[in-house]
Amino acid sequence: MGRGNNVESGNNEIISVSDLTKAFNGFLAVNDISFTVKSGEIFAFLGPNGAGKSTTIKMLTTLLRPTSGKISMNGHDPMISPHEVRQNFGIVFQDPSLDEDLTAYENMEYHGILYKVSKDTRRQRIKELLNIVELWDRKDDFVKLFSGGMKRRLEIARGLLHHPNILFLDEPTLGLDPQTRNLIWNYIRELNRTKGVTVFFTTHYMEEAERVAQRIAIIDHGRIVVQGTLDELKKNTNTASLEDAFIALTGRDIREEESSDLDRMRRHMKFFRGHGR
Amino acid sequence: MNAIYVLWLRQLKRYFRSKTRIIGSLGQPLLFLVALGFGFGPIYAKAGGGDYIQFLAPGIIAMSILFTATFSGIEVLWDRQFGFLKEILVAPVSRLHIMIGKTLGSATVAVIQGVIVFFMSLIFGFRPTDIVLLPLALVYMGLIAIIFTALGTTIASLIDDTQGFQLIMSFLIMPIFFLSGALFPMQSLPKAVAVISSMNPLTYGVDGLRGVLINGAHFGLVTDFTVLIVIATGIMVIGAYLFSRMQA
Repeated sequence: MGRGNNVESGNNEIISVSDLTKAFNGFLAVNDISFTVKSGEIFAFLGPNGAGKSTTIKMLTTLLRPTSGKISMNGHDPMISPHEVRQNFGIVFQDPSLDEDLTAYENMEYHGILYKVSKDTRRQRIKELLNIVELWDRKDDFVKLFSGGMKRRLEIARGLLHHPNILFLDEPTLGLDPQTRNLIWNYIRELNRTKGVTVFFTTHYMEEAERVAQRIAIIDHGRIVVQGTLDELKKNTNTASLEDAFIALTGRDIREEESSDLDRMRRHMKFFRGHGR
Repeated sequence: MNAIYVLWLRQLKRYFRSKTRIIGSLGQPLLFLVALGFGFGPIYAKAGGGDYIQFLAPGIIAMSILFTATFSGIEVLWDRQFGFLKEILVAPVSRLHIMIGKTLGSATVAVIQGVIVFFMSLIFGFRPTDIVLLPLALVYMGLIAIIFTALGTTIASLIDDTQGFQLIMSFLIMPIFFLSGALFPMQSLPKAVAVISSMNPLTYGVDGLRGVLINGAHFGLVTDFTVLIVIATGIMVIGAYLFSRMQA
């Protein structure tokens, strides 16, 4: 797969979003946001629970149709040419997306085939990645026998199997021990450095964002409240760390858990729409 | 091409790893063979129809394929529930290829199920008239399987709760089964029933199977084949379109 050379000439913005909005039955999950991510950049997309992070990622990755606004992913619009967009990214989802009736190895192998990773590269990378997440010994076990943490590690290993232009990581390291987090971030940064993979990630660990992100955007209540480099953020808010800046910008109140509530609401809406006719 | 193979393989592995599913789905055809075969056999013979098991077996084979195939649509809903659907939806694979791979996988499973029922019916005294034509039976079994797998997947991509799916399925499958000529001959049916039956895809599947297995096709093998292949292609294309509209 090509990398930087796919980018439109004279323009090194690999992701560009303008006036993007997503409404679920009147509720604005994402409210008129605009931002850009440069090619080869590590970009952190931060915000409290329910701020609209995952909804935004779903729209960027062709899983959800925007209500309005424009997205360009390496020059392609997910609404117009979803197939071309899909050829440009890889993703580690926030919630589970493994086939539990397959073994760990099968999950990796099938992913590699779907993304057209050649056989030799596939075999070699599967071994390397499963070793990193310490699942190589368990490669032939069914995923349904795995603990939550093991599933999470497998999920990340699978997401790193092919090397896309843009890599989405939606809270990739949630619930992992510091050692594993460290190994995984080293691998991702290596990918970013040697292959020019653009990384777009969300996290609740502020020190993680502080350490790896080159640019940061903070979203709250569906709106982007600030974007820039770490230094710019700290300067704007007159704070000493990202954590302080984050709290200064988004307030101290605790938010409801995002995916559960929002998803449940959406399911209900669909259910009523489907049956009400 | 590889994507189709991988999606096909996945369906097969899931099937062979679920022994309860294999055995459980044989209960119904067994019951129908015993209850209807032995129950209606004497009356059917008295009415001059001959051996009812001979007539019934192809219908029951078709039935088992119909049920296995249509209910495989529920796997789409499971995939949504367990999250694997997202992995498929973001993959750089054309939606038609996804549809083909999934459909062929589940259809293969349904055909295997049909073959098991075929051997089961031999125990109850069913004898195909011409052994040479048996491979041809696989063709008709395959077409039935593809049509109803695609139908199940299509319906599953329109709704998102398993109860709703099961409800729609039983409202749909039962009429399709009972009005297909699986249990009774198409000759001398009342006009209205005959018209409805002739619009039912399964009718042509059952008829084709009967033609191959006991040389008793009502419409003729070529008509059966043509109707089935046209419907199969149509549903696949519609299914692929609706699948491409799916969101997660």
